[in-house]
Amino acid sequence: MNAVNDRLPRLLALVPYLLARPGIPIEEAAADFEVTPKQLRRDLELLWMCGLPGYGPGDLIDLSFEGDTVTVTYDAGMSRPLRLTAAEATALLVALRALAETPGVVDKAAVQRAVAKIESAVGQARPAGVAVGLAVREAPETERVRDAVSDGVRRGRALRLRYYTPSRDEITDRVVDPMRVLLVEGRGYLEAWCRAADGVRLFRLDRIDGVEVLDEPASPPPHATPTDTSEGLFHPDPSQRTAVLVLEPDARWFAEYYPIEDLEELGEGRARVRMRYSDTAWMVRLLLGQGGEVHVEQPPDLVEALVRRAEAALRRADHLPST
Amino acid sequence: MATARAERLVNLVLCLLSTRQYLTAERIRAIVPGYADASTDEAFFRMFERDKTELRDLGVPLETGRSGAFDAVDGYRIARRDYELGDVDLEPDEAAAVALAARLWDSPQLTGAAHGALIKLRAAGVDVDQDVHVPVEPKVRATEPAFPPLLAAVQEGRVVEFDYRRPVPVEVRKRTVEPWGVVAWRGRWYLVGHDRDRDAPRCFRLSRIVGEVRAVGRPGAVARPDDVDLLSFVARTQRDPQTTATAKLWVAKGRGQGVRRRARPLGEREHDGVPGDVLEIELRFPDSAAGWIAGFGEDVVVLEPETLAKTVREKLVGALRGAGVKV
Repeated sequence: MNAVNDRLPRLLALVPYLLARPGIPIEEAAADFEVTPKQLRRDLELLWMCGLPGYGPGDLIDLSFEGDTVTVTYDAGMSRPLRLTAAEATALLVALRALAETPGVVDKAAVQRAVAKIESAVGQARPAGVAVGLAVREAPETERVRDAVSDGVRRGRALRLRYYTPSRDEITDRVVDPMRVLLVEGRGYLEAWCRAADGVRLFRLDRIDGVEVLDEPASPPPHATPTDTSEGLFHPDPSQRTAVLVLEPDARWFAEYYPIEDLEELGEGRARVRMRYSDTAWMVRLLLGQGGEVHVEQPPDLVEALVRRAEAALRRADHLPST
Repeated sequence: MATARAERLVNLVLCLLSTRQYLTAERIRAIVPGYADASTDEAFFRMFERDKTELRDLGVPLETGRSGAFDAVDGYRIARRDYELGDVDLEPDEAAAVALAARLWDSPQLTGAAHGALIKLRAAGVDVDQDVHVPVEPKVRATEPAFPPLLAAVQEGRVVEFDYRRPVPVEVRKRTVEPWGVVAWRGRWYLVGHDRDRDAPRCFRLSRIVGEVRAVGRPGAVARPDDVDLLSFVARTQRDPQTTATAKLWVAKGRGQGVRRRARPLGEREHDGVPGDVLEIELRFPDSAAGWIAGFGEDVVVLEPETLAKTVREKLVGALRGAGVKV
C-alpha cells in the first residue's frame, strides 16, 4: 500500500479511534493501523498542531500521554470517522455477502447481521458493480470430505488422509497436521503439514478419497507458514522443466488453465507458448488428451515419451477382446 | 505526504466541518494555516485546487454554495451529517465475520479498499481482530489485467471498449459494452453488461479480453437496471450441461488409479495378454471424458460405448500427429 497516500485517511481516523479507546497503548494503536509506533507518534505530533480557527490553546486537538499510552482530551470537532467510500463499502459488503452464501465458513446469521449494520451505517455509499459467488462445483463425496476436514481443523486434530496424486497416478495414505481449509478460484483445498513430505502441502478436497479424524492433536511445527495465495497457489519452481507447445485455436483455453509463459501469436488464432511442468508422466497424460490441438516442439524426451505411450495405447485399443 | 501539506489538509477539514456558513477561497486562505505560504494568487489557487481534489478523492463531501444573496462567489463547507460514519455496533461474531471478509481479497485494489474500510470501522469504535481463526478461509484473486480498468469503469458508470476472443469459432472482435458489474463465479471473473453491438445483455470472461480496456465517454453514462442480479446472470449463462453417461472400461492391474477411484469393479479380465479389471464408471462430463481417458494411455481401454472408444482413439491419433508423427 502507498504510504504517502495512506497518511491523510489515517490522520482523519486517528482522533475518533483514540476517543473510543482512552488510554490505549501506542503500540497497540500502531498495530491496528499497520504502521510502526514511531510513525504513529509522528502522526500524533502532527495532530497536536491542528485545530479550529483561532488556533489558540483551547482550539487545538489535545492529547495526553501517560507512559506509553495516549488519550484524546479535546477532539476539535472530529469525533467520528469519515464515511466509507463507495469502493470501501463495496470491498467489504461484497466479501461479506459472499461469505454468507458459502456453507461452512462462518455463522450465516452473524454475517447477515453485520451486513445490515454496515449498510445502514454507510448511508448513501451503496455498493454496486461487484459480485462474488464462492460456491464451488463439488460432488456430494467432496462435501462430506470438506465437513470431516473442517471438523479436524476446528478441533485441532491430526488427520489420516487417503489421497490421490495425479502426477504419479497413485493413491497413498498419510497423516497430516491440518492448518486451514482454503477456497481459492472455485476449488477447496486443505492446507496441512504433511509429515511424510516434511513440509506444508495443499491437498485438493476432490482428491481426498478418505479422511479419518485422529485422537492425537494437530501439531504443525512452528516454522510451518501458511501459503501466500496472492500470487497464485502454485509458484514456478526453477527446477521445473519447460515445454514448448503450439496451441491450435480450439486449444486456446489451455492458456487459461495452465501456467504458460511467453505467448507468441502465430496468426489465425494459433499461438506458441512455453509451459512449466515438473513431471513428464503428468505432462504426457495431459497431452494425450488434447487430440492434436496441442503440438509439442520441445523437449525431445517429452515428444518421445508421448509418441511411445500413444502408440502403445492405440495398439492395445485395437486388440478388442471378444465380449 | 509532507507534514506541512498533511497538517494543512487536516486543518482545512476541521475548519470546514466547524462552519455552517460557506467559506470563500479567500477567507480560507486567510484563516487556515499553511495557505499563507503561497506567495501569489496563482500559487494559492493551484494549491487549493489540489487540496480540494485530494479531499474529494478520499470521499470528503465538500459542498459549494453561497450563504447569502450578497456573496459574490461560491464558498465551501462540509456538512457533518454527510461526512460522519453512522453508529456501528458489532457483536463479537459479527466483527469476526468482518475481519474474515476483509481478508477475502487477494487483489491490490480490493485489499486496499477493504483495509480502508476496516480503519474507519475501528475508528468508529468497533474492535476487529484480524487474527480471528476460522476453519475455512475463502480467497478471491483478481489478477487479470482487465480487472482494475473494468472495476473503475463500473464504479464510474463509463462505457468500455475492448477486443474479445471467442473460442468457437475463433475470432477476435472489438466490443463496446455498458458495464453493469464484474462477477467472480467459480474461480473466474466475468464482466456483465449491455453489449451495444448486439443490443442485448451479455457476459464476458475477463481472461478472454485481448489487450487494453478503454473507457470511453463521460462518467455516469451507464445506468445499471435495478432488477438485474449479476451473480444469477452469470450462473445462468455458464451453466454446466446436465448430462451423464455410463461407460465400461478395462483397466490394467494396479494402474489407472485416477479411473479406479471413481469406478465400480465388475470383475477381472485379461486383455491383450495383460491382467486387468473391468469397471463401470459414471461420466459427469462426457465431452471432456474422452481426453481424460486417453491420458491414461495403454492402461485404460474403452469397452463401451463404441462412440466413446472412437473418440478416445481419435484423441490418441491426434496426439501422435501433434508430436510430429505422420499418421
